[in-house]
Amino acid sequence: MSTLLPHIEKVRSKNAGPFWLTIDIFCTTTNGFHLVKKALATVDIAGLLGTPTEHVKRFDLENLNVIKISIPRPAIQGTIEDRDMHGAATAVLIEEWLAIQ
Amino acid sequence: MVKVLIPSGALGIGFDPDAFAAGCARQPDIIAIDGGSTDSGPHYLGTGTSKYSRSTVKAEWQLLMKAQAELQVPLLIGTAGTCGADAAVDWMLEITREIATEMGRVFRIAALYSGQDPTAIAANSLTPLAPKIPLTQDDLLSMTNVVALAGAEQIQAALASGADIVIAGRATDTAVIAALPLAKGCHPGACWHGAKIGECGALATTNPTSGSILIEFNQHGFVVEPMAKGAKATPRTVSAHMLYENADPHMLYEPGGYLDVSEAKYEALDDHRVRVTGSHWRPSDNYTVKLEGARHAGFQTVSMVQIRDAHYVANIEQWIESISSTCLPMIEQQTKGAYRVDFRLVGANATLGPLENKKPQSHEIAVLCLITAETQDLANEVAKLLNPYLLHHPLTKDEPLPTFAFPYSPPETPRGAIYEFALNHVMTLNEPMEAFRLEILDVGP
Repeated sequence: MSTLLPHIEKVRSKNAGPFWLTIDIFCTTTNGFHLVKKALATVDIAGLLGTPTEHVKRFDLENLNVIKISIPRPAIQGTIEDRDMHGAATAVLIEEWLAIQ
Repeated sequence: MVKVLIPSGALGIGFDPDAFAAGCARQPDIIAIDGGSTDSGPHYLGTGTSKYSRSTVKAEWQLLMKAQAELQVPLLIGTAGTCGADAAVDWMLEITREIATEMGRVFRIAALYSGQDPTAIAANSLTPLAPKIPLTQDDLLSMTNVVALAGAEQIQAALASGADIVIAGRATDTAVIAALPLAKGCHPGACWHGAKIGECGALATTNPTSGSILIEFNQHGFVVEPMAKGAKATPRTVSAHMLYENADPHMLYEPGGYLDVSEAKYEALDDHRVRVTGSHWRPSDNYTVKLEGARHAGFQTVSMVQIRDAHYVANIEQWIESISSTCLPMIEQQTKGAYRVDFRLVGANATLGPLENKKPQSHEIAVLCLITAETQDLANEVAKLLNPYLLHHPLTKDEPLPTFAFPYSPPETPRGAIYEFALNHVMTLNEPMEAFRLEILDVGP
Protein backbone atom coordinates (compact mmCIF):
# COMPACT_ATOMS: atom_id res chain seq x y z
CA MET A 1 0.00 0.00 0.00
CA SER A 2 1.52 3.28 -1.10
CA THR A 3 2.09 5.80 1.64
CA LEU A 4 2.30 8.72 -0.79
CA LEU A 5 -0.58 8.16 -3.19
CA PRO A 6 -3.29 9.29 -0.73
CA HIS A 7 -1.52 12.67 -0.62
CA ILE A 8 -1.64 13.15 -4.39
CA GLU A 9 -4.61 14.92 -5.93
CA LYS A 10 -3.36 14.82 -9.49
CA VAL A 11 -0.21 14.61 -11.58
CA ARG A 12 -0.34 16.22 -15.02
CA SER A 13 2.20 16.88 -17.73
CA LYS A 14 2.01 19.11 -20.78
CA ASN A 15 4.09 20.95 -23.33
CA ALA A 16 5.24 24.38 -22.27
CA GLY A 17 5.84 25.43 -25.86
CA PRO A 18 7.47 23.06 -28.39
CA PHE A 19 10.76 22.86 -26.50
CA TRP A 20 9.77 22.32 -22.86
CA LEU A 21 7.80 19.80 -20.91
CA THR A 22 6.28 20.65 -17.55
CA ILE A 23 4.87 18.36 -14.87
CA ASP A 24 2.70 19.51 -11.98
CA ILE A 25 2.22 17.34 -8.90
CA PHE A 26 -0.80 18.57 -6.94
CA CYS A 27 -0.75 17.43 -3.31
CA THR A 28 -3.89 17.34 -1.19
CA THR A 29 -2.53 19.00 1.96
CA THR A 30 0.51 20.89 3.27
CA ASN A 31 1.50 17.79 5.19
CA GLY A 32 1.21 15.67 2.03
CA PHE A 33 3.19 18.24 0.08
CA HIS A 34 6.08 17.95 2.55
CA LEU A 35 5.99 14.15 2.47
CA VAL A 36 6.07 14.07 -1.32
CA LYS A 37 8.71 16.80 -1.48
CA LYS A 38 10.95 14.81 0.85
CA ALA A 39 10.44 11.48 -0.91
CA LEU A 40 10.86 12.72 -4.46
CA ALA A 41 14.53 13.51 -5.02
CA THR A 42 15.47 15.47 -8.11
CA VAL A 43 17.84 12.68 -9.09
CA ASP A 44 14.89 10.24 -9.10
CA ILE A 45 12.95 12.58 -11.34
CA ALA A 46 15.89 12.80 -13.72
CA GLY A 47 16.14 9.01 -13.80
CA LEU A 48 12.45 8.54 -14.54
CA LEU A 49 12.45 11.18 -17.25
CA GLY A 50 15.76 10.07 -18.76
CA THR A 51 17.31 13.50 -18.52
CA PRO A 52 20.47 14.78 -16.79
CA THR A 53 19.78 16.02 -13.25
CA GLU A 54 21.14 19.46 -14.11
CA HIS A 55 18.41 19.86 -16.76
CA VAL A 56 15.62 19.37 -14.23
CA LYS A 57 14.07 22.66 -13.11
CA ARG A 58 12.18 22.02 -9.93
CA PHE A 59 9.85 24.33 -8.03
CA ASP A 60 8.51 23.31 -4.63
CA LEU A 61 5.50 25.59 -4.26
CA GLU A 62 4.47 25.34 -0.67
CA ASN A 63 1.72 27.97 -0.91
CA LEU A 64 0.01 25.86 -3.60
CA ASN A 65 1.00 22.39 -2.30
CA VAL A 66 2.42 21.77 -5.75
CA ILE A 67 5.75 20.43 -6.97
CA LYS A 68 6.46 21.63 -10.47
CA ILE A 69 9.08 20.02 -12.68
CA SER A 70 10.19 21.41 -16.05
CA ILE A 71 12.66 19.83 -18.45
CA PRO A 72 13.74 20.54 -22.01
CA ARG A 73 11.60 18.22 -24.12
CA PRO A 74 13.45 14.92 -24.74
CA ALA A 75 12.40 15.25 -28.39
CA ILE A 76 11.25 18.58 -29.76
CA GLN A 77 7.48 18.51 -30.18
CA GLY A 78 6.37 16.97 -33.46
CA THR A 79 9.78 15.82 -34.67
CA ILE A 80 10.11 12.29 -36.04
CA GLU A 81 11.46 11.13 -32.68
CA ASP A 82 8.56 12.62 -30.70
CA ARG A 83 6.02 10.08 -29.47
CA ASP A 84 3.58 12.29 -27.59
CA MET A 85 2.51 15.52 -29.31
CA HIS A 86 1.16 17.20 -26.18
CA GLY A 87 3.59 15.72 -23.67
CA ALA A 88 0.62 14.49 -21.66
CA ALA A 89 1.76 10.92 -21.01
CA THR A 90 4.96 11.73 -19.12
CA ALA A 91 2.93 12.36 -15.96
CA VAL A 92 2.31 8.62 -15.52
CA LEU A 93 6.02 7.99 -14.94
CA ILE A 94 5.96 10.27 -11.90
CA GLU A 95 2.54 9.16 -10.73
CA GLU A 96 3.40 5.45 -10.92
CA TRP A 97 6.68 6.03 -9.10
CA LEU A 98 4.86 7.87 -6.31
CA ALA A 99 2.35 5.00 -6.14
CA ILE A 100 5.03 2.50 -5.16
CA GLN A 101 6.67 4.64 -2.46
CA MET B 1 -12.74 48.88 -14.59
CA VAL B 2 -12.49 46.80 -17.77
CA LYS B 3 -14.47 43.59 -18.29
CA VAL B 4 -13.11 41.04 -20.73
CA LEU B 5 -15.38 38.19 -21.81
CA ILE B 6 -13.50 35.10 -22.97
CA PRO B 7 -15.93 32.71 -24.72
CA SER B 8 -13.58 29.69 -24.58
CA GLY B 9 -9.96 28.58 -24.63
CA ALA B 10 -9.84 28.52 -28.42
CA LEU B 11 -12.22 29.20 -31.26
CA GLY B 12 -13.34 25.84 -32.62
CA ILE B 13 -13.29 23.73 -29.46
CA GLY B 14 -16.83 24.54 -28.39
CA PHE B 15 -18.39 26.41 -25.50
CA ASP B 16 -21.65 26.49 -23.59
CA PRO B 17 -23.86 29.05 -25.43
CA ASP B 18 -25.79 29.79 -22.22
CA ALA B 19 -22.57 30.61 -20.39
CA PHE B 20 -21.53 32.87 -23.26
CA ALA B 21 -24.94 34.59 -23.24
CA ALA B 22 -24.61 35.13 -19.48
CA GLY B 23 -21.25 36.78 -20.17
CA CYS B 24 -22.79 39.06 -22.82
CA ALA B 25 -25.49 40.09 -20.33
CA ARG B 26 -22.72 41.45 -18.12
CA GLN B 27 -21.93 44.13 -20.72
CA PRO B 28 -18.26 43.29 -21.31
CA ASP B 29 -15.94 45.92 -22.79
CA ILE B 30 -14.48 43.42 -25.23
CA ILE B 31 -14.88 39.80 -26.34
CA ALA B 32 -11.46 38.19 -26.72
CA ILE B 33 -10.63 34.67 -27.81
CA ASP B 34 -7.54 32.72 -28.71
CA GLY B 35 -7.37 30.95 -32.06
CA GLY B 36 -4.53 28.54 -31.45
CA SER B 37 -0.95 27.93 -30.35
CA THR B 38 1.92 25.62 -31.15
CA ASP B 39 0.37 22.93 -28.98
CA SER B 40 -1.15 20.95 -31.83
CA GLY B 41 2.21 20.41 -33.48
CA PRO B 42 4.30 21.83 -36.33
CA HIS B 43 2.02 20.82 -39.20
CA TYR B 44 -0.21 23.88 -38.84
CA LEU B 45 2.54 26.50 -38.83
CA GLY B 46 4.40 24.53 -41.49
CA THR B 47 1.39 24.65 -43.81
CA GLY B 48 -0.28 27.85 -42.57
CA THR B 49 -3.53 25.97 -41.93
CA SER B 50 -6.05 25.49 -39.13
CA LYS B 51 -6.46 22.44 -36.94
CA TYR B 52 -10.14 23.03 -36.29
CA SER B 53 -12.91 22.31 -38.74
CA ARG B 54 -13.96 25.27 -40.84
CA SER B 55 -17.65 24.65 -40.21
CA THR B 56 -17.18 24.62 -36.43
CA VAL B 57 -15.03 27.74 -36.50
CA LYS B 58 -17.63 29.45 -38.65
CA ALA B 59 -20.55 28.43 -36.42
CA GLU B 60 -18.80 29.66 -33.29
CA TRP B 61 -17.50 32.85 -34.91
CA GLN B 62 -21.02 33.62 -36.10
CA LEU B 63 -22.26 33.58 -32.49
CA LEU B 64 -19.45 35.91 -31.50
CA MET B 65 -20.04 38.27 -34.43
CA LYS B 66 -23.74 38.47 -33.54
CA ALA B 67 -22.79 39.34 -29.97
CA GLN B 68 -20.41 42.01 -31.30
CA ALA B 69 -23.18 43.54 -33.38
CA GLU B 70 -25.56 43.59 -30.42
CA LEU B 71 -23.14 44.81 -27.75
CA GLN B 72 -21.16 47.13 -30.04
CA VAL B 73 -17.88 46.22 -28.34
CA PRO B 74 -14.76 44.97 -30.11
CA LEU B 75 -14.43 41.27 -30.93
CA LEU B 76 -10.85 40.09 -31.00
CA ILE B 77 -9.18 36.84 -32.00
CA GLY B 78 -5.46 36.16 -31.63
CA THR B 79 -3.41 33.45 -33.34
CA ALA B 80 -6.15 33.07 -35.93
CA GLY B 81 -6.39 29.70 -37.66
CA THR B 82 -4.36 27.72 -35.08
CA CYS B 83 -0.93 28.93 -36.19
CA GLY B 84 -1.43 32.66 -36.82
CA ALA B 85 0.45 32.62 -40.13
CA ASP B 86 -0.64 35.19 -42.72
CA ALA B 87 -2.53 32.54 -44.69
CA ALA B 88 -4.44 31.59 -41.54
CA VAL B 89 -5.41 35.24 -40.94
CA ASP B 90 -6.71 35.38 -44.52
CA TRP B 91 -8.65 32.13 -43.93
CA MET B 92 -10.29 33.67 -40.86
CA LEU B 93 -10.96 36.85 -42.82
CA GLU B 94 -12.73 34.87 -45.52
CA ILE B 95 -14.95 33.17 -42.93
CA THR B 96 -15.70 36.58 -41.42
CA ARG B 97 -16.59 37.97 -44.83
CA GLU B 98 -19.02 35.08 -45.49
CA ILE B 99 -20.77 35.57 -42.15
CA ALA B 100 -20.99 39.35 -42.60
CA THR B 101 -22.61 38.85 -46.00
CA GLU B 102 -25.03 36.27 -44.59
CA MET B 103 -25.90 38.66 -41.75
CA GLY B 104 -26.36 41.54 -44.21
CA ARG B 105 -24.17 43.73 -42.07
CA VAL B 106 -20.92 45.61 -42.67
CA PHE B 107 -18.12 45.06 -40.17
CA ARG B 108 -14.90 47.03 -39.98
CA ILE B 109 -12.00 44.62 -39.64
CA ALA B 110 -8.46 45.20 -38.46
CA ALA B 111 -6.23 42.37 -39.69
CA LEU B 112 -2.92 42.16 -37.88
CA TYR B 113 -0.31 40.12 -39.74
CA SER B 114 2.56 38.50 -37.83
CA GLY B 115 4.26 36.70 -40.71
CA GLN B 116 7.96 37.41 -41.22
CA ASP B 117 10.03 37.31 -44.37
CA PRO B 118 12.93 34.96 -43.55
CA THR B 119 15.11 36.64 -46.20
CA ALA B 120 14.82 39.92 -44.27
CA ILE B 121 16.05 38.43 -40.96
CA ALA B 122 19.74 37.96 -40.17
CA ALA B 123 20.07 34.70 -38.24
CA ASN B 124 22.92 36.15 -36.17
CA SER B 125 20.77 39.09 -35.06
CA LEU B 126 18.41 36.77 -33.18
CA THR B 127 18.85 35.81 -29.55
CA PRO B 128 18.42 32.08 -28.82
CA LEU B 129 16.29 31.00 -25.88
CA ALA B 130 16.96 27.88 -23.81
CA PRO B 131 17.16 25.13 -24.92
CA LYS B 132 19.41 26.53 -27.65
CA ILE B 133 18.69 25.36 -31.18
CA PRO B 134 21.38 25.94 -33.79
CA LEU B 135 20.28 28.37 -36.48
CA THR B 136 22.05 29.27 -39.70
CA GLN B 137 20.89 31.66 -42.40
CA ASP B 138 20.11 28.61 -44.55
CA ASP B 139 17.98 27.18 -41.73
CA LEU B 140 15.97 30.39 -41.70
CA LEU B 141 15.53 30.34 -45.46
CA SER B 142 14.31 26.73 -45.32
CA MET B 143 11.29 27.65 -43.20
CA THR B 144 7.86 27.65 -44.81
CA ASN B 145 6.44 30.05 -42.22
CA VAL B 146 8.03 32.32 -39.66
CA VAL B 147 5.79 34.30 -37.31
CA ALA B 148 6.50 36.77 -34.54
CA LEU B 149 4.32 36.70 -31.44
CA ALA B 150 2.51 40.01 -31.11
CA GLY B 151 2.20 41.50 -27.66
CA ALA B 152 -0.21 44.01 -26.19
CA GLU B 153 1.19 46.95 -28.19
CA GLN B 154 0.35 45.51 -31.61
CA ILE B 155 -3.12 44.41 -30.47
CA GLN B 156 -3.69 47.89 -29.05
CA ALA B 157 -2.70 49.41 -32.40
CA ALA B 158 -5.32 47.21 -34.06
CA LEU B 159 -7.97 48.17 -31.47
CA ALA B 160 -7.10 51.86 -31.84
CA SER B 161 -8.25 51.70 -35.47
CA GLY B 162 -11.80 51.56 -34.12
CA ALA B 163 -12.45 48.23 -35.85
CA ASP B 164 -15.45 46.12 -34.85
CA ILE B 165 -13.38 42.97 -35.20
CA VAL B 166 -9.65 42.39 -34.83
CA ILE B 167 -8.27 39.30 -36.54
CA ALA B 168 -4.73 38.93 -35.29
CA GLY B 169 -2.13 36.53 -36.54
CA ARG B 170 0.26 34.91 -34.08
CA ALA B 171 0.09 36.70 -30.74
CA THR B 172 0.82 35.59 -27.22
CA ASP B 173 -2.22 33.90 -25.68
CA THR B 174 -2.24 36.59 -23.02
CA ALA B 175 -1.84 39.69 -25.21
CA VAL B 176 -5.33 39.44 -26.69
CA ILE B 177 -6.84 39.59 -23.20
CA ALA B 178 -4.39 42.05 -21.62
CA ALA B 179 -4.34 44.64 -24.45
CA LEU B 180 -7.53 46.58 -23.68
CA PRO B 181 -7.28 46.70 -19.87
CA LEU B 182 -3.64 47.80 -20.24
CA ALA B 183 -4.67 50.54 -22.69
CA LYS B 184 -7.33 51.71 -20.20
CA GLY B 185 -4.77 52.05 -17.43
CA CYS B 186 -5.55 48.98 -15.31
CA HIS B 187 -2.81 47.52 -13.10
CA PRO B 188 -0.20 46.11 -15.54
CA GLY B 189 0.69 43.09 -13.38
CA ALA B 190 -3.01 42.31 -12.98
CA CYS B 191 -3.63 42.70 -16.71
CA TRP B 192 -1.02 40.11 -17.66
CA HIS B 193 -1.79 37.76 -14.80
CA GLY B 194 -5.52 37.88 -15.41
CA ALA B 195 -4.85 37.29 -19.08
CA LYS B 196 -2.83 34.18 -18.29
CA ILE B 197 -5.61 32.88 -16.04
CA GLY B 198 -8.23 33.56 -18.73
CA GLU B 199 -6.34 32.37 -21.80
CA CYS B 200 -7.86 28.88 -21.72
CA GLY B 201 -11.35 30.13 -20.88
CA ALA B 202 -13.02 28.17 -18.10
CA LEU B 203 -10.07 25.80 -17.70
CA ALA B 204 -9.22 27.82 -14.58
CA THR B 205 -12.59 26.87 -13.04
CA THR B 206 -14.42 23.75 -11.86
CA ASN B 207 -16.22 23.41 -15.21
CA PRO B 208 -13.53 23.61 -17.90
CA THR B 209 -15.70 22.58 -20.87
CA SER B 210 -18.25 25.37 -20.30
CA GLY B 211 -15.72 27.72 -21.89
CA SER B 212 -16.87 31.20 -20.97
CA ILE B 213 -15.23 33.22 -18.25
CA LEU B 214 -15.36 36.92 -17.35
CA ILE B 215 -12.36 38.77 -16.00
CA GLU B 216 -12.74 42.21 -14.43
CA PHE B 217 -9.57 44.29 -14.28
CA ASN B 218 -9.04 47.44 -12.24
CA GLN B 219 -6.20 49.56 -10.77
CA HIS B 220 -5.47 47.01 -8.03
CA GLY B 221 -6.01 43.52 -9.38
CA PHE B 222 -8.49 41.33 -11.19
CA VAL B 223 -11.51 39.14 -10.46
CA VAL B 224 -12.17 35.81 -12.19
CA GLU B 225 -15.76 34.70 -12.64
CA PRO B 226 -16.96 31.67 -14.63
CA MET B 227 -20.13 32.27 -16.63
CA ALA B 228 -21.60 28.76 -16.62
CA LYS B 229 -24.27 27.97 -14.04
CA GLY B 230 -22.75 26.11 -11.11
CA ALA B 231 -19.14 26.64 -12.28
CA LYS B 232 -16.78 27.92 -9.63
CA ALA B 233 -13.45 29.69 -9.65
CA THR B 234 -11.57 28.92 -6.44
CA PRO B 235 -8.14 30.12 -5.29
CA ARG B 236 -6.97 26.59 -6.10
CA THR B 237 -8.35 26.39 -9.66
CA VAL B 238 -7.11 29.89 -10.44
CA SER B 239 -3.63 29.58 -8.99
CA ALA B 240 -3.21 26.15 -10.60
CA HIS B 241 -3.80 27.66 -14.02
CA MET B 242 -0.72 29.89 -13.66
CA LEU B 243 1.26 26.62 -13.79
CA TYR B 244 -0.45 25.39 -16.93
CA GLU B 245 1.75 25.06 -20.02
CA ASN B 246 4.27 27.33 -18.34
CA ALA B 247 7.76 26.08 -17.50
CA ASP B 248 8.25 28.64 -14.72
CA PRO B 249 5.45 29.03 -12.16
CA HIS B 250 6.43 32.57 -11.16
CA MET B 251 7.30 34.26 -14.43
CA LEU B 252 5.82 34.67 -17.85
CA TYR B 253 7.83 36.41 -20.56
CA GLU B 254 5.97 38.74 -22.88
CA PRO B 255 7.08 41.30 -25.45
CA GLY B 256 8.51 44.21 -23.46
CA GLY B 257 8.91 42.55 -20.09
CA TYR B 258 7.72 39.77 -17.87
CA LEU B 259 4.97 38.99 -15.44
CA ASP B 260 6.06 38.16 -11.89
CA VAL B 261 3.42 36.41 -9.75
CA SER B 262 5.68 35.37 -6.89
CA GLU B 263 3.82 37.72 -4.52
CA ALA B 264 0.32 37.22 -5.91
CA LYS B 265 -2.56 36.70 -3.49
CA TYR B 266 -5.59 34.62 -4.43
CA GLU B 267 -8.68 35.33 -2.39
CA ALA B 268 -12.19 33.85 -2.64
CA LEU B 269 -14.73 36.68 -2.97
CA ASP B 270 -17.61 34.23 -2.58
CA ASP B 271 -18.23 30.62 -3.59
CA HIS B 272 -17.48 31.17 -7.29
CA ARG B 273 -15.31 34.29 -7.75
CA VAL B 274 -11.65 34.85 -7.00
CA ARG B 275 -9.81 38.15 -6.60
CA VAL B 276 -6.10 38.27 -7.36
CA THR B 277 -3.76 41.07 -6.28
CA GLY B 278 -0.01 41.48 -5.85
CA SER B 279 1.09 40.54 -9.39
CA HIS B 280 3.90 42.60 -10.91
CA TRP B 281 4.85 43.60 -14.42
CA ARG B 282 8.62 43.96 -14.85
CA PRO B 283 9.42 45.96 -18.00
CA SER B 284 12.58 45.06 -19.92
CA ASP B 285 15.11 47.45 -21.46
CA ASN B 286 14.68 46.06 -24.95
CA TYR B 287 11.46 45.30 -26.77
CA THR B 288 11.73 41.72 -27.99
CA VAL B 289 9.26 39.42 -29.70
CA LYS B 290 9.49 35.66 -29.81
CA LEU B 291 9.69 33.98 -33.19
CA GLU B 292 8.25 30.66 -34.25
CA GLY B 293 9.23 28.91 -37.43
CA ALA B 294 8.48 25.59 -39.05
CA ARG B 295 10.30 23.90 -41.85
CA HIS B 296 9.77 20.95 -44.09
CA ALA B 297 11.25 17.77 -42.58
CA GLY B 298 10.67 15.25 -45.35
CA PHE B 299 7.73 13.12 -46.39
CA GLN B 300 6.17 10.31 -44.44
CA THR B 301 4.32 7.09 -45.17
CA VAL B 302 2.91 4.95 -42.38
CA SER B 303 2.00 1.27 -42.21
CA MET B 304 0.52 -0.66 -39.35
CA VAL B 305 0.46 -4.42 -38.79
CA GLN B 306 -1.34 -6.19 -35.95
CA ILE B 307 0.26 -9.11 -34.18
CA ARG B 308 -2.03 -11.52 -32.29
CA ASP B 309 0.08 -14.72 -32.33
CA ALA B 310 1.18 -15.21 -28.68
CA HIS B 311 4.65 -16.41 -29.68
CA TYR B 312 5.26 -13.26 -31.72
CA VAL B 313 3.69 -10.95 -29.17
CA ALA B 314 6.02 -12.38 -26.52
CA ASN B 315 9.06 -11.89 -28.79
CA ILE B 316 8.05 -8.68 -30.50
CA GLU B 317 11.29 -6.81 -29.77
CA GLN B 318 13.28 -9.67 -31.25
CA TRP B 319 11.02 -9.72 -34.31
CA ILE B 320 11.58 -6.02 -34.93
CA GLU B 321 15.31 -6.49 -34.37
CA SER B 322 15.32 -9.29 -36.93
CA ILE B 323 13.47 -7.17 -39.51
CA SER B 324 15.87 -4.30 -38.85
CA SER B 325 19.01 -6.39 -39.22
CA THR B 326 18.01 -8.66 -42.11
CA CYS B 327 15.23 -6.97 -44.13
CA LEU B 328 16.08 -3.28 -43.94
CA PRO B 329 19.55 -3.78 -45.49
CA MET B 330 17.91 -5.57 -48.44
CA ILE B 331 15.52 -2.64 -48.87
CA GLU B 332 18.46 -0.27 -48.77
CA GLN B 333 20.07 -2.06 -51.69
CA GLN B 334 16.93 -1.67 -53.77
CA THR B 335 16.44 2.08 -53.18
CA LYS B 336 18.25 5.34 -53.81
CA GLY B 337 17.95 8.31 -51.48
CA ALA B 338 17.77 9.14 -47.80
CA TYR B 339 15.08 7.66 -45.60
CA ARG B 340 14.58 6.26 -42.13
CA VAL B 341 12.26 3.65 -40.67
CA ASP B 342 10.93 3.90 -37.10
CA PHE B 343 8.96 1.10 -35.48
CA ARG B 344 6.51 1.94 -32.68
CA LEU B 345 5.17 -0.97 -30.64
CA VAL B 346 1.61 -0.04 -29.76
CA GLY B 347 0.68 -2.08 -26.70
CA ALA B 348 4.27 -2.22 -25.49
CA ASN B 349 6.12 1.12 -25.41
CA ALA B 350 4.86 3.29 -28.29
CA THR B 351 4.08 6.24 -26.02
CA LEU B 352 7.10 6.40 -23.74
CA GLY B 353 9.76 4.59 -25.77
CA PRO B 354 12.95 3.96 -23.78
CA LEU B 355 11.41 5.57 -20.69
CA GLU B 356 8.73 2.87 -20.44
CA ASN B 357 9.37 0.77 -17.33
CA LYS B 358 6.44 -1.65 -17.52
CA LYS B 359 6.52 -5.00 -19.27
CA PRO B 360 3.80 -5.32 -21.92
CA GLN B 361 0.82 -7.37 -20.77
CA SER B 362 -1.25 -7.11 -23.90
CA HIS B 363 -2.26 -10.18 -25.91
CA GLU B 364 -1.85 -8.21 -29.11
CA ILE B 365 0.59 -5.59 -30.32
CA ALA B 366 0.39 -3.26 -33.27
CA VAL B 367 3.56 -2.28 -35.02
CA LEU B 368 3.27 1.23 -36.38
CA CYS B 369 5.94 1.81 -39.01
CA LEU B 370 6.91 5.41 -39.77
CA ILE B 371 8.86 5.77 -42.97
CA THR B 372 10.32 9.22 -43.47
CA ALA B 373 12.10 10.02 -46.72
CA GLU B 374 13.31 12.92 -48.82
CA THR B 375 10.49 12.38 -51.32
CA GLN B 376 6.97 10.99 -51.00
CA ASP B 377 7.71 8.48 -53.76
CA LEU B 378 10.66 7.11 -51.85
CA ALA B 379 8.67 6.88 -48.60
CA ASN B 380 5.92 5.00 -50.45
CA GLU B 381 8.45 2.74 -52.17
CA VAL B 382 10.17 1.81 -48.90
CA ALA B 383 6.79 1.12 -47.30
CA LYS B 384 5.89 -1.21 -50.19
CA LEU B 385 9.24 -2.98 -49.92
CA LEU B 386 8.74 -3.39 -46.19
CA ASN B 387 5.24 -4.79 -46.54
CA PRO B 388 6.09 -8.45 -47.38
CA TYR B 389 8.23 -8.64 -44.24
CA LEU B 390 5.53 -7.16 -42.05
CA LEU B 391 3.16 -9.74 -43.52
CA HIS B 392 5.33 -12.87 -43.35
CA HIS B 393 8.66 -12.41 -41.57
CA PRO B 394 9.44 -15.48 -39.40
CA LEU B 395 11.17 -15.06 -36.07
CA THR B 396 13.69 -17.78 -36.90
CA LYS B 397 14.44 -19.83 -40.01
CA ASP B 398 12.90 -22.93 -38.43
CA GLU B 399 9.46 -21.40 -37.95
CA PRO B 400 6.55 -22.08 -40.27
CA LEU B 401 5.80 -18.99 -42.36
CA PRO B 402 3.61 -16.69 -40.26
CA THR B 403 0.99 -14.28 -41.60
CA PHE B 404 -0.04 -11.16 -39.72
CA ALA B 405 -3.10 -8.94 -39.75
CA PHE B 406 -3.43 -5.72 -41.71
CA PRO B 407 -6.46 -3.62 -40.87
CA TYR B 408 -6.96 -2.09 -44.33
CA SER B 409 -5.88 -2.06 -47.94
CA PRO B 410 -3.59 -0.65 -49.14
CA PRO B 411 -1.56 -1.05 -45.97
CA GLU B 412 0.57 2.04 -46.65
CA THR B 413 -0.80 5.51 -46.02
CA PRO B 414 1.13 8.48 -47.39
CA ARG B 415 1.08 11.34 -44.85
CA GLY B 416 2.52 13.96 -47.17
CA ALA B 417 5.05 16.56 -46.15
CA ILE B 418 5.95 16.70 -42.49
CA TYR B 419 7.27 19.73 -40.64
CA GLU B 420 9.30 20.57 -37.58
CA PHE B 421 9.60 23.58 -35.30
CA ALA B 422 13.01 25.08 -35.86
CA LEU B 423 13.09 28.45 -34.11
CA ASN B 424 13.36 29.18 -30.41
CA HIS B 425 14.60 32.74 -30.62
CA VAL B 426 13.63 36.31 -29.88
CA MET B 427 14.03 39.31 -32.14
CA THR B 428 14.71 42.81 -30.81
CA LEU B 429 12.56 45.57 -32.32
CA ASN B 430 13.10 49.33 -32.39
CA GLU B 431 9.38 49.84 -32.09
CA PRO B 432 6.57 47.29 -31.63
CA MET B 433 4.92 47.60 -35.07
CA GLU B 434 8.22 47.20 -36.91
CA ALA B 435 7.67 43.49 -37.54
CA PHE B 436 3.87 43.57 -37.95
CA ARG B 437 1.45 44.75 -40.58
CA LEU B 438 -2.00 46.19 -39.93
CA GLU B 439 -4.74 46.33 -42.57
CA ILE B 440 -8.14 47.92 -42.09
CA LEU B 441 -11.01 46.85 -44.32
CA ASP B 442 -14.79 46.67 -44.39
CA VAL B 443 -16.50 43.36 -45.09
CA GLY B 444 -20.15 42.56 -45.72
CA PRO B 445 -22.81 43.21 -48.32
